[in-house]
Amino acid sequence: MTAITSDQAAIKPRRGFTLGQYWICLSGIVWREALRFLHQRERFVSALVRPLVWLFIFAAGFRSVLGVSIIPPYETYILYPVYITPGLMAMIQLFNGMQSSLSMVYDRETGNMRTLLVSPFPRWFLLTSKLLAGTAVSILQVYAYLIIAYFWEITPPSPWGYLTVLPALALSGLMLGALGMLLSSLIKQLENFAGVMNFVIFPMFFASSALYPLWRVEEGSPWLATLCWINPFTHAVELIRFAFYEQITPISLAVVVGCTIVFLAGAIIAYDPSRGMLIRRGAPSE
Amino acid sequence: MSIEPEGKNASMQEKGESKVESGARPALQVSHVSHFYGKRKALDDVSFVIEPGSFSVLLGLNGAGKSTLFSLITRLYATSSGSIRIFGYDVARDSGEALRRLGVVFQARTLDPDLSVMQNLAYHAALHGIGAKDAKRRAQSVLEQVSLADRVNEKVRNLSGGQMRRVEIARALLHNPQILLLDEPTVGLDVKARADIVAHVRSLVANQGIGVLWTTHLIDEIAMTDDVIVLHEGRVLANGVAADVIASTGAPTMRLAFAKLTATELGD
Repeated sequence: MTAITSDQAAIKPRRGFTLGQYWICLSGIVWREALRFLHQRERFVSALVRPLVWLFIFAAGFRSVLGVSIIPPYETYILYPVYITPGLMAMIQLFNGMQSSLSMVYDRETGNMRTLLVSPFPRWFLLTSKLLAGTAVSILQVYAYLIIAYFWEITPPSPWGYLTVLPALALSGLMLGALGMLLSSLIKQLENFAGVMNFVIFPMFFASSALYPLWRVEEGSPWLATLCWINPFTHAVELIRFAFYEQITPISLAVVVGCTIVFLAGAIIAYDPSRGMLIRRGAPSE
Repeated sequence: MSIEPEGKNASMQEKGESKVESGARPALQVSHVSHFYGKRKALDDVSFVIEPGSFSVLLGLNGAGKSTLFSLITRLYATSSGSIRIFGYDVARDSGEALRRLGVVFQARTLDPDLSVMQNLAYHAALHGIGAKDAKRRAQSVLEQVSLADRVNEKVRNLSGGQMRRVEIARALLHNPQILLLDEPTVGLDVKARADIVAHVRSLVANQGIGVLWTTHLIDEIAMTDDVIVLHEGRVLANGVAADVIASTGAPTMRLAFAKLTATELGD
């Protein structure tokens, strides 16, 4: 009681926030996301099981069927599980990005999103912080997957690959998280998220270079190969694939950075109180 | 006191502006706010003023526009027209300064049930730029006020509905706001929990001088000395001290006064 009444400084707070306060806010949002993740063990387990099913079952089954010729960044013939590992790393982030958006729709329905948005910090900062928090969680998931993959003898050419892949994971995580955030602003209700799975996650994943190299796709269907090429997810996969081998693909880097900016800007506009979709959608969630 | 919306709005507007000019800013000033969902008009020229240290009740049925107004004040949406000011800061133009002076208890449960009481409060503190050490000190203080200091490490999931509400009130007070908004805070609570929460919020007004806007459709939560704003179908039908509102309609009770004003009746 005394703390409240005697703290006169808080009654007339000075204008704006210091950089330190921005940092406190950002770390608070990341910390909560991490705590939520730790408390939702089934989310962690399913995030790990999904790519492992692809690796241990799908990739093992197709191991002898699909031959992967020597294409950059690989300098020798590689086994199929090695080829699809970057795709599975991106898949973890794709699901995480969409799951974060699911949690934003859920948050909005239960009111948690309103708690975030009623914070006095600028809305772009709050949404970006939420995005960074989701990305951090997705990177943790990817490294957990890589630890298991290590025992399956799927490793980068040198241990440095584990480090050089980190910025690529950060960028692809941001892009996919921003996409999820943009979608979350467009989804009216939780049930519609099933549609996102069917119309966003599956097409993005299958029409990409995650499971098969594009030259293979082109042999079967040139237009599908073009579709795969313009799919931002392909570039997230390639960025990760090359970074895992300590290399950079400038085109993929540019696409991923560009898409991140576009998706995030779209999400910030969509969550803007005066311009966004929330206002057009109808009455507030009660 | 007039129950004519036009006349009342005009007089409130003058009242609010004169306060701002004199330096004693109203805690909350809603001026000529209208809001549309598509073509549907949810709020129609709504104006009122909440003074610091007053307990004001926004009374209306479901669908009256209370939640829309709440969303506009907390800036989930921007107003279609009109302005909302918190201690003189425009919610649209100077939202950061306005929102940092505002404490909110939403109608929906907004605590994270998987986290502890302290973790929930620390998260809220971070959203206001309050560091961990300070947050802990403040959390202890506000939890003592709502008699839940001993449950600080408890998971929210294990609390009763009334306790969760009290934690939400404690959370709303964590950053020392001088105006507190509560959107139907007693919905779903038993009689005792309801009485506890009403009494606690009234004590905040009396002891700490906090301005409170309490939205409800429950007549028995209104005291005769409270300021009452009757909102119906998006319009303010009456505004003033409860006793005056009743007297102006010629009805013996608030329930009948409301029925007369809105040509409808309140549920239990």
